[in-house]
Amino acid sequence: MSSKQYLSKRVLNIPPSGIRKFFDIANQMEDVISLGVGEVDFPTPWHIRLEGIKAIQDAKTYYTSNRGLLELRKGICDYYARRFNAYYNVDNCLVTVGASEAIDLVMRAIVDVGDEVIILQPGYVAYAPTISLAGGVVKIIELKEEENFKLTKEKLAAAITEKTKMLFINFPSNPTGGIMSKEDYLPLLPLIKEHNLVVLTDEIYAELTYGKKHFSIAAFEEIKDQVIVINGFSKAYAMTGWRLGYILCPEEILDYLVRIHQYGIMCPSTISQYAGVKAINDGDKDVVLHCDIFEQRRNLLVNGLNRIGLKTAMPEGAFYVFANISSTGLNSEEFCEQLLANQRVAVVPGTAFGECGEGFIRISYAYSLPEIKEALQRIEKFIQQLKSNGK
Amino acid sequence: MDELKLLQVLKNDPRISITDLADILNESEESVIRTKHRLEDEKIICGYHTVINWDKTNSDYCSAMIEVACRPERTVGYDKVASEIAKFDEVSDLFLMSGANEFMVILHGKTMRDVADFIGQKLAVIDGVKNTTTYFILKRYKSEGVRLEKEEIKNERLLVTI
Repeated sequence: MSSKQYLSKRVLNIPPSGIRKFFDIANQMEDVISLGVGEVDFPTPWHIRLEGIKAIQDAKTYYTSNRGLLELRKGICDYYARRFNAYYNVDNCLVTVGASEAIDLVMRAIVDVGDEVIILQPGYVAYAPTISLAGGVVKIIELKEEENFKLTKEKLAAAITEKTKMLFINFPSNPTGGIMSKEDYLPLLPLIKEHNLVVLTDEIYAELTYGKKHFSIAAFEEIKDQVIVINGFSKAYAMTGWRLGYILCPEEILDYLVRIHQYGIMCPSTISQYAGVKAINDGDKDVVLHCDIFEQRRNLLVNGLNRIGLKTAMPEGAFYVFANISSTGLNSEEFCEQLLANQRVAVVPGTAFGECGEGFIRISYAYSLPEIKEALQRIEKFIQQLKSNGK
Repeated sequence: MDELKLLQVLKNDPRISITDLADILNESEESVIRTKHRLEDEKIICGYHTVINWDKTNSDYCSAMIEVACRPERTVGYDKVASEIAKFDEVSDLFLMSGANEFMVILHGKTMRDVADFIGQKLAVIDGVKNTTTYFILKRYKSEGVRLEKEEIKNERLLVTI
């Protein structure tokens, strides 16, 4: 008898990751130029790392309160007011083990069995499974390239049913790089109010926008008691491995999030939290520096892709280009597998982010300019090969 | 065009091609060429230099920082003396300073003897120079923002992550 029999139905229903095999091959290959990574290439800024070292030296290695260090929560609230005009106090803030824990917490606290949660695709892979694990039903809104991957009033209205509990958004978006401005959100507000939707907004890429500053939906006072903000330190301060994130939401919701968090997690790493205090209070200049560098990389990549013949619009946020490869005649996975095999360039098939990602690839520009240039040259060779084979 | 961005890119990579520069700045090549020429004409871009760690070459190389005290002159202040000091090829950098002395000179020669001779025979005898204090540079760790002996930190990122 297989040990699989002991697993719960809930867990058995989690679909296996279809592209895991592709990732495993890519991760084991040598001489691969990868534009496939979802994390920043810069090391954590030195002054932030020093704070972590200091915490260890000073034996700041005990548990913190379940909600996280008071000074960190205060720093987070000040930061959201300073950067995004969304006003919270420390009782609205919970420090989590990355934004990932935060997503799981919110699902478990908000979703009852059978509740519908609307997510946007192409979108991050973890969203749908966390909803299913909580017993919720995933409703997908497919965002379109020709609408710059924005959420429109029409699309939202069509997705809402009487069972809809929550709208889960992620702007700037992984994988599309799309953003939503204040003006883009305004037409959605009546629907959110009318249907009493909880809005869960994953703002992990908030600091990475080019041109327009990030607008947080939490800045609309009229729906603030319906909004739950998730953010973290990974992308803004290049702190992925520190595993530090947070939630900002109404106190009545937060108190119940804490009930789950206190039993499952207790508190995130104390050392990471002390480094986080430094980052949130003194990291604004690091963010600006990173953002300037990313903008240069984005421009090099997008202009290069267009020159090669992969027509791509300039994305306004995150560090991804969601490029349309349908003109090559290959589907997303074929394109990625052949590009990896022939030119040793790793990018991610659009289908990893939902079925509607078919015909696209996600290219990350969290790489140095010379790496991007080399990858572009290889992609160009690949495209030329495809063309000459087709003739 | 954002000139500061252009300068920032060129500072990091003076050898960059016009095409790449235009792509990075999201501007046309013509516009980049025009702006670059103007910045050169206006002496905002003053040169395209290479950061070299001479310690690793076989050539003899000796540098010193020299504080120079001097008297200002009527109507021209310190500028006349500065102009005299700057004429020498051996002088790579020259600054008017706050603090105890007026000028800081950075000097390159082949040997300590070269540098000492230069100071005694050429620098100290300039009209207006009162005295000099010399600091020989023993080893350079960082120059022009570049770590000369970089610790190799291996980037441990996975190749593909979502």
